Amino acid sequence: MSILLEVINLHTSFFTHQGEVKAVRGLSFVLEHGEILGIVGESGSGKSVSSMSLIGLVDEPGKIIQGSVLFDGKELVGLPKKELENIRGKEISMIFQDPMTSLNPVFRIGSQIVEVIMRHTQITRVDAEKKAVDLLELVGIPEAKDRIKSYPHQFSGGMRQRAMIAMAISCDPKLLIADEPTTALDVTIQAQILELMRDLNKKLNTSVILITHDLGVVAETCDKVIVMYGGMVMENASVLELFDNPQHPYTRGLMKSVPKDVSGTRTRLEPIAGTPPDLLKPPPGCPFSPRCPHTMEICIQEAAPMFKITDTQSASCWLHHKKAPSVLNYIKTTEEVDS
Amino acid sequence: MSEQRIPLLEVRNLKKHFISGSKLTGRKVLAAVDGIDFVIYKGETFGLVGESGCGKTTAGRTICRLYNPTAGEIIFDGEDVAKLDERKLKSFRKRVQMIFQDPYASLNTRMTVTDIISEGLEANRMLSGEKEKTRIYELLDLVGLKREHASRYPHEFSGGQRQRIGIARTLAVEPELIICDEPISALDVSIQAQIVNMLEDLQTEFGLTYLFIAHDLSMVRHISDRIGVMYLGKMMEVADSDELYIHPYHPYTQSLLSSIPVPDPRENAKNKRIVLEGEIMSPINPKPGCRFAPRCRYAKDVCRSETPVLREISKDHTIACHLAEEINSGI
Repeated sequence: MSILLEVINLHTSFFTHQGEVKAVRGLSFVLEHGEILGIVGESGSGKSVSSMSLIGLVDEPGKIIQGSVLFDGKELVGLPKKELENIRGKEISMIFQDPMTSLNPVFRIGSQIVEVIMRHTQITRVDAEKKAVDLLELVGIPEAKDRIKSYPHQFSGGMRQRAMIAMAISCDPKLLIADEPTTALDVTIQAQILELMRDLNKKLNTSVILITHDLGVVAETCDKVIVMYGGMVMENASVLELFDNPQHPYTRGLMKSVPKDVSGTRTRLEPIAGTPPDLLKPPPGCPFSPRCPHTMEICIQEAAPMFKITDTQSASCWLHHKKAPSVLNYIKTTEEVDS
Repeated sequence: MSEQRIPLLEVRNLKKHFISGSKLTGRKVLAAVDGIDFVIYKGETFGLVGESGCGKTTAGRTICRLYNPTAGEIIFDGEDVAKLDERKLKSFRKRVQMIFQDPYASLNTRMTVTDIISEGLEANRMLSGEKEKTRIYELLDLVGLKREHASRYPHEFSGGQRQRIGIARTLAVEPELIICDEPISALDVSIQAQIVNMLEDLQTEFGLTYLFIAHDLSMVRHISDRIGVMYLGKMMEVADSDELYIHPYHPYTQSLLSSIPVPDPRENAKNKRIVLEGEIMSPINPKPGCRFAPRCRYAKDVCRSETPVLREISKDHTIACHLAEEINSGI
């Protein structure tokens, strides 16, 4: 596999009247061809702003402060608007949470897909229309030939999201960014859409960045995962490593917050105390330190660097520093005390 | 559950239809809730699950008479709520309270926390003056808020904290039954667990009964003693929560449960998913027969012509499906 996207130390802020909101603070990762990367985080963690920053969709008062986004060897940060527009929709495309706000309500589904195809490729309208039908069939819309004449309001939520996916893959993008694509959908429809995305990823070898707050969706779909909190990356791991052996207290906390009941037992949930940080005044050190059960002196003063745990897993937590009490022992003993 | 179960709420053949359209365009009947039956016992949590449009929220709202039922009985503590007049409703509503999904929309932005919480106390002439103040502090303590929060406005709080305010308001009038309509689905994962734990603690402390309406199936299993599964206005299956998750008999419940993404990559590889074809039908002018039949992979002619009734398939496990025995004979 070869590298498709490399993000290095990306910072994005919003300059509001209340002050600078540091939405993303130092995002770095590597995505290879054909990989599915999950970005997990709660509201305000910076996961959506991160994805918008990648493709230059951050508007006033937001701004990329520093960092670099290398897509197929090309630097995207600072690229002129025209050039970005040629990349967006063609090489990188995006699906959003609410398909109704991303589809134009006064145009037919078909013509919206045709518009994207004709904007980026040199084919006739007739061919583009044929392709639109094929795409709708590919994403599982029955009677696609008739349905391309429908307006978005005539589609159900699941079908709209399918139409969005059809539009997104219409120019064979190398990268598909999906921002909470199934959050607005019911579980049975979510299962359909996730299966479709996995299918397309296999068939077309499209790389995918999947942004979600649902650990279940990550476990099911992704190859590797980034966990974000307060605008920073807390942990970066392969999906098996993350669930088998989470190395950041926040990741562990998230996992304990969701019920894992087996029959007959009711384990009390272990919530993370406190509330997410205010990004106008983020804590000076680790953003998770006010809520962390293992906070040390250094955590309050300084954000932790990424500590490498294995070749594919790293965590931004001072517990992995050699001066900290031995992490595994430490977490183990405190957990024993808890239970 | 204890051996002696006392029913607190009994819903019999409850219907809520909405009429839309005009004489010109033709009247349309939207059967949001179309004849459901269930019982909630004192001190338990009854989970009501289903996808959007299945009528679970309408059911909850009809039970506390935010909507007037089209037909059916709602027996609360021996009295039919469906027939109560305005005056009697007031004392009923003191005993049955509601927590709403959206903590941003359900609090009046122009009222302070004190005003919000005390509104119910004053409307019911329960307390006033110093006693009321003490009670508000007590309630704030109970839901994990601080006393200095009493004079603040809703916009100063986070989503989780607002939900706590909503819960304090609910508890103020000392209800017996609380209808929780998706109380955690607008909250972050780490905050959801805080609210769920709090609801559990409050239930133990005050012997509350919950009707917990939600679409997050893993959380519903966690909090509920018994669960009812709804689909397009009909109750499909009712059982103890473990029983339902281990032995789902209804084909809809089966596919619904298999659609839950499990936060465990190894488990997912083993899990056989039943992906449903198609989507939920429109509840306007529904056809006879089983509502789920058009999406059901087992459906036969009888399913399309006759509406199945809820019947007991094993102890405390009821299901509305013609083919239950046939489908599940292999299990």
